[in-house]
Amino acid sequence: MIKIGKSNDISHRFAKVIKNEATRNYDLYLMILPALILLGIFAYAPMYGVQIAFKDFMPANGILGSEWVGLEHFLRFFSSFNFVRIMRNTIVLSLYSLIVNFPLTIVFAIMINEVRAKWFKKTIQMVSYAPYFISTVVLVGMIQVFFHQRTGLVNILLMKLGFEPATYLTSATAFPHLYIWSGLWQGIGYSAVIYIAALSGIDPQLHEAAIIDGAGKLHRIWYVDLPGIMPTATIMLILNMGHILNVGFEKVYLMQNPLNLETSQIISTHVYEVGIQGMEYSFSAAIGLFQSIANLILLIGVNTLCKKLSETSLF
Amino acid sequence: MKIHETHEDRIVNTIFYILLAVLTLIFTYPLWFIIIASVSSPDAIWGGNVVLLPSHITLLGYKKIFVESRIWIGYRNSLIYMVVGTLVNLAVTVAAAYPLSRRDFKARNFCMAYFVITMFFSGGMIPTYLIIQKLGIIDTLWVMVLPGAVNVTNIIITRTFFQNTIPTELHEAGMLDGCTNFRFFLRVVLPLSSAIIAVMTLFFAVGHWNSYFNALLYLNSRDRMPLQMFLREILTKSQISNSMSTADMIVMGEQYKLSETIKYGVIIVACLPVMIMFPFIQKHFVKGVMIGSLKG
Repeated sequence: MIKIGKSNDISHRFAKVIKNEATRNYDLYLMILPALILLGIFAYAPMYGVQIAFKDFMPANGILGSEWVGLEHFLRFFSSFNFVRIMRNTIVLSLYSLIVNFPLTIVFAIMINEVRAKWFKKTIQMVSYAPYFISTVVLVGMIQVFFHQRTGLVNILLMKLGFEPATYLTSATAFPHLYIWSGLWQGIGYSAVIYIAALSGIDPQLHEAAIIDGAGKLHRIWYVDLPGIMPTATIMLILNMGHILNVGFEKVYLMQNPLNLETSQIISTHVYEVGIQGMEYSFSAAIGLFQSIANLILLIGVNTLCKKLSETSLF
Repeated sequence: MKIHETHEDRIVNTIFYILLAVLTLIFTYPLWFIIIASVSSPDAIWGGNVVLLPSHITLLGYKKIFVESRIWIGYRNSLIYMVVGTLVNLAVTVAAAYPLSRRDFKARNFCMAYFVITMFFSGGMIPTYLIIQKLGIIDTLWVMVLPGAVNVTNIIITRTFFQNTIPTELHEAGMLDGCTNFRFFLRVVLPLSSAIIAVMTLFFAVGHWNSYFNALLYLNSRDRMPLQMFLREILTKSQISNSMSTADMIVMGEQYKLSETIKYGVIIVACLPVMIMFPFIQKHFVKGVMIGSLKG
């Protein structure tokens, strides 16, 4: 039926496919069209607009009419006085959160997986991902309510025990810890779901064989469970590394105040400050683009590395 | 199978159970404290008498919240954004996911690439802001609905669900009977997909209720602000009070006390819709995350 090599045959088949798609499957195209158009406007148009990072954007001249200035904005950012601070804060928050979240989530999932009593397993799972549904504003509100210098529960208890109350909310040293550990509290239950699913997918025969060989619980966790969830863990790690410069804007912005800026000023809040509040569109677009590209490079780099080391990769 | 437990296993088990019990406390206590503090008198809280149970029970905080116009305006707006936004999200997601689930859809690979690229690269905050400004939808309902209408992750989850639950044979049978794709989608696919639609509805609804970023960037009028914006005013914008001296606090007196304690009640009121949804969420939620983790 298929004769490869005859070019007019191929073009004939191609025409047939097009005709078939146009007459029988046209409605599939109509169904996907809204999503394509919306992404075109809200994702691809901004990618096109990112050229203002290399221009001196004037709202009156539009994106196309503005003058090219090359890498000027990037150089200005790299040499600005707070560049080092912003980069340091962003990377510290990111790595700190990765180092805390990644292993603890896996440990948590493994502990839940070992629970035999069904009701207990269900309860702890439900309770653990309840905080995930709390909005960022409320979470930050809760942090401020609990750690308030005079009226917060933490300081009230400290004072009762005879300690001096501490100013957590306005302290630059406390900020990363508050940010990371509240994030763990909110996210661990949700992130663990994926690992629990992976753990339940491990062949029980492996465990049985290990038991017959005399392996204790810890041995089985180490030699059966951990290798079993390694592919999932690798994918999660790659995804996380791809977002290393992408510390979420909302929570940091909400927790920020003039007194903790030293550790709380990060790339995305800086972009907001300079761009939306300061209306320096081109300069802040350049900072944003730098962040996107650095992320992309990191993602591809880590992905390649993982592919070489473990044969698991995202793409 | 009966597992014979060694002595070592029993120790490990005990440690796990104790740790998990402690964690359960850590997860629940802050939420419990908010509840008991919201009905306790400010003096009792500040005196450290509210730890396990409410003390000097009063509903004064809630009374004040009820007459607070910001809460009502925010509630109304958030409900509108949530309902309209979720409907648009659902329509776009389900409609886009179905063609992608069909192996005979020729543009499938192209469309997948088109979607996935946006997950890894974006124009960033400022170019997006400029485009939205140019569209002239700043400070309207649309800016709360359209920019986030396409959620690529959820489209992929839904696509995976369709692929796994709608057999190709069913589609072929439909085609033989002269059914168009669209009719097949409405009459066969959707009725078989209530599970994923429920999961998506919950994901989207909670997302809209909790979202704050779009309002901060694109809304100006106070009477269009969603609840989260007012919550921020009430909950987190009182940095001054944090650095206030005790003398100041006495001067401010009752007024200040009340504004501090309504915070607990406000948190409860703000979480109410999500709390109502939670029983449904937790039933479908795990399923949803599992489908998603089957890797698209």
